[in-house]
Amino acid sequence: MDLRLEGISHNYGSLKVLEGINLAIEHGKILCVVGPSGCGKSTLLRLIGGLERPSAGQVMQIGEAPSDSLNPLTYIFQDFALLPWRTVAGNVNLVLEDQKLSRQRRKDILENVLERTKLSDFADALPRQLSGGMKQRVAIARALAVSPAVFLMDEPLSALDSQTRELLIEDLVDLWTREPFTAVYVTHNLAEAVRLGHSVAVFSRRPGQIRQVVKIGTPLADRKVTDPELIDRQDYLWRLMKDEALAADLELSDA
Amino acid sequence: MPKTPTSQSKSANAETVAFRGGGFAPRPIGLVGAMVFVFLIAFWEWGSRVGWISQLVLPAPSEAFAAFQELVVSGLLWKHVSASVTRLVTGWISGTVLGLLVGLSIGLFSLARAGLVPLVSAMFPIPKIAMLPLFIIWFGIGEGSKVATILFGTFFPTIITVYGGVDNVDRNLIRMGQSFGLTWFSIVRKIIIPGALPAILSGARISASIAIILLVAAEMIGAEFGIGAYILLAGSLMATDQLIAGVALLSMLGLTVGWLIGKAEKYFLNWRA
Ligand SMILES: Nc1ncnc2c1ncn2[C@@H]1O[C@H](COP(=O)(O)OP(=O)(O)OP(=O)(O)O)[C@@H](O)[C@H]1O
Ligand SMILES: [Mg+2]
Repeated sequence: MDLRLEGISHNYGSLKVLEGINLAIEHGKILCVVGPSGCGKSTLLRLIGGLERPSAGQVMQIGEAPSDSLNPLTYIFQDFALLPWRTVAGNVNLVLEDQKLSRQRRKDILENVLERTKLSDFADALPRQLSGGMKQRVAIARALAVSPAVFLMDEPLSALDSQTRELLIEDLVDLWTREPFTAVYVTHNLAEAVRLGHSVAVFSRRPGQIRQVVKIGTPLADRKVTDPELIDRQDYLWRLMKDEALAADLELSDA
Repeated sequence: MPKTPTSQSKSANAETVAFRGGGFAPRPIGLVGAMVFVFLIAFWEWGSRVGWISQLVLPAPSEAFAAFQELVVSGLLWKHVSASVTRLVTGWISGTVLGLLVGLSIGLFSLARAGLVPLVSAMFPIPKIAMLPLFIIWFGIGEGSKVATILFGTFFPTIITVYGGVDNVDRNLIRMGQSFGLTWFSIVRKIIIPGALPAILSGARISASIAIILLVAAEMIGAEFGIGAYILLAGSLMATDQLIAGVALLSMLGLTVGWLIGKAEKYFLNWRA
């Protein structure tokens, strides 16, 4: 299943947030979205997942979602969005309880995703007992549980310290290598974008428009922090963004 | 003399940085609460024995205790307490359940909010005691009017804490629920209600105290049994020892209710650390 954004524009009242976005989200690939603060990246993600309606244009789904996908468009949020009153297993179960599944199937899914995210030993822990990195792994497990066709990730690692972030990047690369998934990955962090993106869409400042989509050919598993080609790409992205970021920084936020 | 670190720190222009943190973090201290009670009662007893506190002004704790024992022996204690607790529980539970329903609808539906919030604001400040004569006409002089007083007294504060609690539920969690395709009912049951529970329980604490205050007032009219009736009778006979015993009974009731709600908080909110 692919997604295609066709001429998406969006405004909040008189505030133009996005303008004329055309973008293809390809099956089995990670598309990173970078852009200055406030350019509408989170808004775009909400539009893609159907949490909000675009003012103009449409999000098209091309092809059927795989039949085993319980929730084709699934988010992973920056603030994890775990229910503090539910255990790790309870949080994962939350998204399965409304599905028509046998008790055994539910149990299998739970065990499988906890194992894939290395959380099996923490099934009964409450969110407050977990570190930030662990919480985000729970959120990833919860997302995996519904076998999404497309992951929509809004700065999933930006609430974490840099070591944890590095570990989770490796986890994500690992997950992808074992079983390629489709994702739109919004981030502020260009290093993250070049580590995880098959392509990187660079947005201009508000109203957000696509400046360029940069392809990165190196297979995910082979990308190293010190890879000169990646550093080169990252540098290129930064030069694309720098002026926009500077200008965006000087704008009043309630404009 | 060799310059060791210690000798350095004692030199003329070196001082330990003064500590100025700490405080503002109350912590539980065991028996202090009970000791305050014991000390006050002992002091009061001593004052009465010495003749410092006149019997007319305030009977000694021992006399109040004797009055209490009399209640126990005569078997009246049970009658009074059970009558009061029954009214309290029926009134408080029905007020709370109705308040929960209305509060939830205000929290969830714009129309209910627009229609009911002004009404609640108008009705909340009316002292329900003032309505008691009307309640007697509407619900009869018996149990009806007493339960109704407590019901209305707890209904309005419950509404306000419940919809306040619902408003404060993290919107991101609700968004999350929607994004995973949870049903509306699931979102309410699994996200909104547990999220509002801390506010609901602290509201229950307040409404339970209101209920006890109203209980006594309501029992002062046309009740044969009940702690309020007992206190009223003692008062009109100037039996101050019985009056004190009755008041002590009320405070024990209050403590019990508070303790029960504390237990409920521990049980339901164990996820809060
Ligand atoms: N629900 C809303 N109502 C009104 N304005 C909004 C709403 N959501 C976002 N905005 C505004 O739209 C603009 C884009 O917001 P958005 O959150 O999509 O940006 P972003 O690119 O994700 O920013 P950041 O990098 O800071 O996360 C901002 O100026 C924001 O203030
Ligand atoms: Mg954002």
